[in-house]
Amino acid sequence: MKSAILVFPGINRERDMARALKLASGHEPAMVWHAETALPDGTDLVVVPGGFSYGDYLRCGAIAARAPVMDAVRAFAAGGGLVLGVCNGFQILCEAGLLPGVLMRNARLKFICRDVHLRVERSDTPFTRGYNAGQVIRVPVAHGEGNYEADAETLKQLEGEGRVLYRYCSAGGTVDEAANINGAAHAIAGIVNASGNVLGMMPHPENHVEDIMGCTDGRGLFAGLVAHLERAA
Amino acid sequence: MKARVTVTLKSGILDPQGKAIEGALKSLGVGGVASVRQGKVFDIELESGDTATVEAALKDAADKLLANTVIENYRVEVLG
Repeated sequence: MKSAILVFPGINRERDMARALKLASGHEPAMVWHAETALPDGTDLVVVPGGFSYGDYLRCGAIAARAPVMDAVRAFAAGGGLVLGVCNGFQILCEAGLLPGVLMRNARLKFICRDVHLRVERSDTPFTRGYNAGQVIRVPVAHGEGNYEADAETLKQLEGEGRVLYRYCSAGGTVDEAANINGAAHAIAGIVNASGNVLGMMPHPENHVEDIMGCTDGRGLFAGLVAHLERAA
Repeated sequence: MKARVTVTLKSGILDPQGKAIEGALKSLGVGGVASVRQGKVFDIELESGDTATVEAALKDAADKLLANTVIENYRVEVLG
């Protein structure tokens, strides 16, 4: 799996992501500066990592979404290439128009930095095939603006087309108001685009991939991507 | 030439920051506050041009960057 991690000023999770990708695939990802206009040849996966690109000025992800490299990412995604955006990466993908909706300020206004539970809604996608449908995983979140919102029509479409892949839930897998940490519509933690090759999610699976992290529940996402690409090759 | 772009949240979009400000105003005893919605104001200086050109450029700026039209409306004013 040849992955490329986009690097914007103010991004701070790119090395965690590189470590997780190396662990899962055995290959060192390429770091791609935001001013580049092309992705490395043979890229299988583009990752937009977490952090605070451009200091979250204007709106989270708004300025990064207009960076030169994003045209290359748009073309890559339009050709069916896999794109993963985590946290600020999710915000950037929404601002770039690659995913619908928007990430608003957390409903209770607090920055939330802790482990959460996610229910994996289906296992038949490149981004979830390392898990079982209905499986509950534990991964960290660290965000102030993760409250996913979209208009009623978009939400209906996302649900109807099975495009909500990860949802906030309790340790037992119950989706309710108490488990919906940031007030997101339909407790959405991660969604894919209509063609299923672009995922955005607020939680950080890359931070739960090694025993020393206390949990390895995030591994399944990366292992699934590697398995998907190996099968496609 | 000076202009102003005002960006506001569309009605129906939850505005937690506005709600917090509303709560603070009420706790300060400021009378008669029914609700607060927070927005943004951009004061922009432009190289001179006719009003129609400037308005078109500002509209372009708002559509491309200043506003996220999924959740926000904007208003362009050329101040002269």
